[in-house]
Amino acid sequence: MINITRRQLLATTAVIGATVMAGAPVRARIMSGALPWSPNQVYPPPIVTPGPWQFFTADEAAVVEAIADRIIPADDLGPGGKDAGCAIFIDRQLIGPYGTSEWLYMEPPFVLDAAANFGIQSPITPTRRYRDGLAALAAYTKQNFAGRLFHQLDAADQDRVLTGLEKGDVKIPEGKAFFNQVQANVVEGYFADPVYGGNKDMCGWKLVGFPGVRYDYRDVIANPNKPYTLPPVSLMGRASKEAAR
Amino acid sequence: MTRRLPKKDVVIVGLGWTGSIMALELAKAGLDVVAIERGPWRDTATDFNITTAPDELRYAIRQEMFLRPKQETLTMRNRLDQTALPIRKFGSFLPPNGVGGGGMHWNGQTWRFLPDDFRIRTHLTERYGEAFLPENNFIQDWPMSYDELEPYYDRFEKTLGISGQAGNLKGQIQPGGNPFEGVRSDHYPTPPMQQGYSQSLFTKAATDMGLHPFPRPSANLSQAYTNPYGVRMAPCTYCGFCEWFGCANYSKSSPQTCVLPALMRHSNFEARTDSEVTKVNLSRDGKRATGVTFVDSEQVEWEQPADLVLICAFAFFNVRLMLMSGIGKPYDPNTAEGVVGRNYAYQVGAGAVGHFGPGYNFNPFAGAGSLGAALDDFNSDNFDHGPHGFVGGASLTNAYTNGRPISYHPVPPGTPGWGAQWKRAVHETYNSTTNVGAQGSVMAYRDAYLDLDPTYKDPLGRPLMRMTFDYHPNEQKMAKFMMERSGEIIRRMGAKQVSTNALRVPYTVVPYQTTHNTGGAVIGNDPTTSALNRYGQSWDVPNVFVTGASSFPQNAGYNPTGTVGALCYWTLDAIKNQFLKSDAPLVQL
Amino acid sequence: MRRLGLAALLLLGTATLARADLDSYVAVEQGRYLAVAGDCAACHASPKGPFAGGRAIETPFGNINAANLTPDRDTGLGRWSAEDFWHALHDGHSVTDGHLYPAFPYNYYTRVTRTDSDALFAFLRSVEPVRNPVDRNTLPWPFSMRVSMLGWNALEFTPGVFQPDPQRSTEFNRGAYLVEGLGHCGACHTPMNAIGGPKQAQYLQGNSIQNWIAPNLTNDAQAGLGTWSVDDIVQYLQTGRNLHAAAAGPMGEVVEISTSKMTVPDLRAIATYLKERGAAGPAVPAPLPATDAHMDAGAALYTDNCSACHARDGKGVADLFPALAGAPSVRQDDPTTTIRVIITGAQVAATAGAPTSPAMPSFGWHLSDAQIADVVTYLRNTWGNAAPAVAATQVSSVRSAVAVPGK
Repeated sequence: MINITRRQLLATTAVIGATVMAGAPVRARIMSGALPWSPNQVYPPPIVTPGPWQFFTADEAAVVEAIADRIIPADDLGPGGKDAGCAIFIDRQLIGPYGTSEWLYMEPPFVLDAAANFGIQSPITPTRRYRDGLAALAAYTKQNFAGRLFHQLDAADQDRVLTGLEKGDVKIPEGKAFFNQVQANVVEGYFADPVYGGNKDMCGWKLVGFPGVRYDYRDVIANPNKPYTLPPVSLMGRASKEAAR
Repeated sequence: MTRRLPKKDVVIVGLGWTGSIMALELAKAGLDVVAIERGPWRDTATDFNITTAPDELRYAIRQEMFLRPKQETLTMRNRLDQTALPIRKFGSFLPPNGVGGGGMHWNGQTWRFLPDDFRIRTHLTERYGEAFLPENNFIQDWPMSYDELEPYYDRFEKTLGISGQAGNLKGQIQPGGNPFEGVRSDHYPTPPMQQGYSQSLFTKAATDMGLHPFPRPSANLSQAYTNPYGVRMAPCTYCGFCEWFGCANYSKSSPQTCVLPALMRHSNFEARTDSEVTKVNLSRDGKRATGVTFVDSEQVEWEQPADLVLICAFAFFNVRLMLMSGIGKPYDPNTAEGVVGRNYAYQVGAGAVGHFGPGYNFNPFAGAGSLGAALDDFNSDNFDHGPHGFVGGASLTNAYTNGRPISYHPVPPGTPGWGAQWKRAVHETYNSTTNVGAQGSVMAYRDAYLDLDPTYKDPLGRPLMRMTFDYHPNEQKMAKFMMERSGEIIRRMGAKQVSTNALRVPYTVVPYQTTHNTGGAVIGNDPTTSALNRYGQSWDVPNVFVTGASSFPQNAGYNPTGTVGALCYWTLDAIKNQFLKSDAPLVQL
Repeated sequence: MRRLGLAALLLLGTATLARADLDSYVAVEQGRYLAVAGDCAACHASPKGPFAGGRAIETPFGNINAANLTPDRDTGLGRWSAEDFWHALHDGHSVTDGHLYPAFPYNYYTRVTRTDSDALFAFLRSVEPVRNPVDRNTLPWPFSMRVSMLGWNALEFTPGVFQPDPQRSTEFNRGAYLVEGLGHCGACHTPMNAIGGPKQAQYLQGNSIQNWIAPNLTNDAQAGLGTWSVDDIVQYLQTGRNLHAAAAGPMGEVVEISTSKMTVPDLRAIATYLKERGAAGPAVPAPLPATDAHMDAGAALYTDNCSACHARDGKGVADLFPALAGAPSVRQDDPTTTIRVIITGAQVAATAGAPTSPAMPSFGWHLSDAQIADVVTYLRNTWGNAAPAVAATQVSSVRSAVAVPGK
């Protein structure tokens, strides 16, 4: 009870319900009398730090990096998907609840030939899609490109393979779905906050001119049709501060 | 074994907009009130902390604020002859979860329906004849007029501090407002938001075309405001993280920013979160509710007895709870009998995107959920539908709610989907693109309804809600018409290239459209076509009242929240002034 | 609450009632109000019942558990007389426990008149008796020896009821009686010496306590109430906010439990006293130039993190987000409050007059010590503010004290 304010005594009676009688208490948050509040309460995102791959093998990572670099190539406008960190982003997403579809409704029966407007009906999670898709892609390139993996092909061949996956001409199991998954995740990684491992130095935001997480644009509304000149800022601050950290 | 708790006067299911308003007003009246909310408590400084709130991946893409499908979802089919399949990942709509409900993460567009919308069947029949109405429709008049509901719209707008420009003040048309709106008794509580650059182009183009644009009424406030409950809000800063996000700086109307601070001061009110109400309990003859059963966060079952039960959850969950509790006769589309589940509707979305080329700085990231210039010339029955062969209409708006790049990176038509060309197009197009969007009505139909799924279950083993819905030819025609009108306006604004967004048919659960799911427990004057009387009171169980968009007989060309709020205050008055004294059905047949 | 009637009563009370009749309704109601003014609940509240005590009060010397003030015969004041209560309040001596520690601010409550003491006692006698045995001897040796308070009292304490100053108005004297007595504002707002006694020469000039700065309450323009009007002070005490500031942390509690429930005439008296006592505060330094590297970095941080609530011009939003421009709390010599609020966040008091109770979010995870130092330096030297710059090391030491959940 050290240093609990009276406000807190009155406000939140968590778990052991002082308001409940007769028998075991209700396991719920029960609030009455004041808006609950505690200091230092915030739920930051998981901060991705550079380091070894946590989901991908070295070969898988190299292939995903190469795919990312074709989906979003490097050019005068800025880094490609590889240098932007898209593969790192995807790697860290896959070890979290997203990777295992933890939040989705994954009860059977699964009707696999449902029309597209019924949405996802497959039980294949993103982790499975990457593992199986990358294995199938490796088998395909080894067979069709003299034993080489995707990242060892030249750019033109890489584009041809990706186009084939996209359209279904490259016949690997679940090839289209695999391509769609990777493309979507690469775009996410390119434009998500850098705290998640991609969008390195906010290159994605600089590409389009998105200022990031600033929260006050009244000056933009008050000055219509003017270019916005402040540098972008991420959840971890402006780029120069990032370097300092 | 279910343990019984001490009785309360009122138990409220769900602590969103209507739940919190009901709780506050009834606590003020001296009643002992408990609200039971399935999701967690949500609070501005903690859950929408400014250092974590503006995170597109977390909240918009991974959908952190919303109900997780794993906890509850729906199954969907378009037609009666299909098997409904579960919505394994929410897309088309995003049901809320937690204290504040949808009101916590909405955009804040706050409308009143038009007078004709309330007497829609009578009006359309008078003007066009019954044969003009779409096949198999269940269009029905609302059980009150706009004029009767007007004071309650006013009250809800004042609770929220809505920023807008009156169009029809006490019968006088006001410049700069919506000339089609119903008569208002008072101004909006705060002035309209300052508009952005593309809104100014839209306003000019539309005016030149003889249309009547006006600033969209907004719950992102234009200035600081203290509401009648003494709760204060700040002005919106156009952060562009509005819909699907909590507001970090107290400038978006929500239960958190408008109601809860006043509500929590009442010691006769208790909020119980992380607890799911599974059933409304009825007396043996089924004519009276005795309270609710709920499961707490460890799935232990409890009974909360009460004299009055208010079902204030999101539209679907109201209907599901009524079905699982045996309140009202379930609707059967084959016989067209029954009322719970009947008259489900949604919203039409269509529009046109304009690419303006270099030299434009639309700055879409400087956005707000309700920032926009709108016009109602093609809404409701504001124009002659005779030549067009459909009923219903849409509001047309140019808006910037956001420019968040994972979702928003437009490219001109014909651009490849990836690669160097795509990247360059993304770079060039982001700041020089805007759109005109139509948000249109959906009529009620015999074969659009809600019931319980025969196959798929939730983690507690109870059947999921099944939605049977598709866009009918009437809505498809209307959407095409609106798409064309949108294209005309955007061309007039100066777009060099225009691409159109058609209504997606058959209805698909994949891309986000809107979370304006209406109907299923509609209000009416006839118990054979409505589950609730005009006061939102169950015809079958008089001490149960239901709030929310589940009450709408069909949906109009607007966001529902304004009307949900007005109906809430209307129902509240009936409870306070009539039901609490009589404890009886308020409508005698 | 019969505010008008009570106000009249309070003015009459000291003159006509020699000893309050302890069972009189009037005395009990008067005592109820005095308990609010004295903020007794802040220390003596308990989940077991009003004033049942048991809460651990932090002191620099260890924790002391607050006494049970309910009329329970075994564990509360059930066997006390009005005389006993008077001795506790006036002399700092308890018939049950012996010498009291000044965690119970008897060195301020000594100013309370006998009549008011009796009324307070009458009120406490009327609350529900609660059986709550409290361990009243938890300080470590040598402080556990209560007799050691004789020495402390000799140095720091002279008992004495408040004496009004005939040169001052009735309103000033009433304010003085409240502030110097039941209000015990000096207990937080006066700097303390090494043995935990107040430095009388710096009465109400501000103090560092539990990692907050209780600010200067003199009429000083830089660090005190010099830029506030009497109305501003009244509004702050009554609702927890005014155009300039918002009450949070320990003062937020004082507003919620105590001052927001006091009469407006009493609040005006307090404000009058504080404004008319005179000014004493720190020297005002020259503001740092905007070109200073830390100011430049701070300005960028402010734009990115703070302006969405506190506005580009530092004026905040009236009655919602406190102004930083011209804010005494930002200009205190010691920047601890500003630093800690950025790290942990803070919830503004909720009162009937201002129920919103918004909270500043916690920035601690997001800003480094150097960044917080820069932005606080910027706040303290912009928009007309001028105060000493802040170093990253200062932020580190505040952070280690407050960045623990629950503090």
